[in-house]
Amino acid sequence: MQAAKPTVRKSARSHTLRYTAAAILKYASLTIGALAALIPIVVVLFASLKTGGEYSSTGPLTPPGNWLNFDNYTKAFVNGKMLVGFMNTMIILIVSIIGATLTGSMIAYILSRFQFRGKKLLLGAFLLATLIPSVTTQVATFQIINDLNLFNTRLAPIVLYLGTDIIAVYIFLQFLDTIAVSLDESAMLDGASYFKIYFRIILPLLLPAVVTVVIIKGVSIYNDFYTPFLYMPKTSLQVISTALFKFKGPYGSQWEVICAAIIITIIPTLIAFLSLQKYIYNGFAQGSEKG
Amino acid sequence: MSYRNQRILIILSFTIIPIALLFVFAYLPVVNMFRYSFTDWNGYSKTFEYVGFENYKSIFTDPKYFSVFKVSLYYFFATFAQMGLALYFATILSFKVKGKNFFKGILFFPYLLNGVAIGFIFLFFFKPDGTFDTVLQALGLDFLIQKWLLNPHIINVSLAGASVWRYMGFNFIVFLGAISSISKDIYEASDIDGANRWHQFRHIILPSIKRIVQLNIILSISGAISAFDIPYIMTGGSNGSNTFVIQTVDVAFKYGKVGLASAMAVVLLFIVVTVTLIQQFFVKEDK
Repeated sequence: MQAAKPTVRKSARSHTLRYTAAAILKYASLTIGALAALIPIVVVLFASLKTGGEYSSTGPLTPPGNWLNFDNYTKAFVNGKMLVGFMNTMIILIVSIIGATLTGSMIAYILSRFQFRGKKLLLGAFLLATLIPSVTTQVATFQIINDLNLFNTRLAPIVLYLGTDIIAVYIFLQFLDTIAVSLDESAMLDGASYFKIYFRIILPLLLPAVVTVVIIKGVSIYNDFYTPFLYMPKTSLQVISTALFKFKGPYGSQWEVICAAIIITIIPTLIAFLSLQKYIYNGFAQGSEKG
Repeated sequence: MSYRNQRILIILSFTIIPIALLFVFAYLPVVNMFRYSFTDWNGYSKTFEYVGFENYKSIFTDPKYFSVFKVSLYYFFATFAQMGLALYFATILSFKVKGKNFFKGILFFPYLLNGVAIGFIFLFFFKPDGTFDTVLQALGLDFLIQKWLLNPHIINVSLAGASVWRYMGFNFIVFLGAISSISKDIYEASDIDGANRWHQFRHIILPSIKRIVQLNIILSISGAISAFDIPYIMTGGSNGSNTFVIQTVDVAFKYGKVGLASAMAVVLLFIVVTVTLIQQFFVKEDK
């Protein structure tokens, strides 16, 4: 008994030592990770608040002299016509999200609650479409948009976001499985029509799934560059992505203005992230399971 | 109205728009793409000639077209770094950590950013005397400084790095969600059995999220093959950073060779679908 005591103490000490070392390693790696994620953005914020002369005479890691110098922001916002970009992005975002929620939940309602000939085929058609990466088919999609006279209209991205968005259908389908069919049945006993059941019972109960769809679609539409770039080159139709992209030419050397434009683009994302954090994490974790 | 008639009415009215959209914007382009790929169409003439397999022949025989697939390899290998980091951070943040939500938020946030903003952020990051060079200098690592976006031997590593920065947070949050759904009892039981963190990772966490890791790897492979946003915005495909999708877009819309571009898109579609089908096969095997 007595002989055993010191060894116990010794192993306990090496145990705590190992734990401390592990803890240091853990927090060090987390800090490096956080710095790697933050520094590229923070230096852009620094540069956006510097004057032209200050920008060229100081290094990127040096904070700005005056934290309230918003000249670059005014310049970027006005000259870059970023308001037009925000307006168009908002219009396209809202119409597409409402459209995707309605069409997605309607087809999901039919596929989950009704039995009919060709149902399997239809489900398969939606499933198969997820395998087609839309970036590969743009060559041919462009001709279709052109033939429909939608080129250079806001409807072009809207119909594309609606037509190729299968993930919403999946999220709704999965969620509908958790809503008891007995709810539909008892409403039918009260004489409610199918339309009434969809609008009064199903759609309100789908709300959590709608939140997921809104987040996933919202992020992807706000950040999409390719679709508006290809289908709406007209300046009056520029969205936030294409408005930002235009800074590449004329402001090539004025990095402080470009940096202000970058931060202007990031602000709405940051606000949305801070206010909807919990929903955003859940949304992406859920949406990915269908990937 | 009887439920029988209602049923027909609702099925028709609720499916017609989604089906029309699906066929016009998801399937019709694929069908047309196959058709165009056998022609010499320039995208605007009223007429075109069928040229058989000419377009496919030029893709596979002219090294100019096929060599860009090499660039995908950089993004492909970067995927593994991305998965490794995501898995590492997800694992340590699933245990008790101070400031958990803070680190979680910061690591995930880049994924939400606008693609063009990320392109510019990394142009600023990699430019000569830019952020990266300054950080290296501050750390006394001056000798590592390179022309990150001008040297054709390094440019793809830089761009793939930007891509890891952008997408790591997504895999991280998905893995974190999967790990947190593992029951707490299992950890407690293993604690009693004297398992350490590594054992827990190896024998509890890894087996239960194996499927979702596989799924993410395969998704990233398709992503690597169809890399477009970051290189297009940052370099426009110059200095050897051209990817297959940038090239396809240029061939179609800059040089007006819709026939050839369609053939390239068919090749790409074929590769991506094959990869996805292999994944589906593996996932089924696992169940």
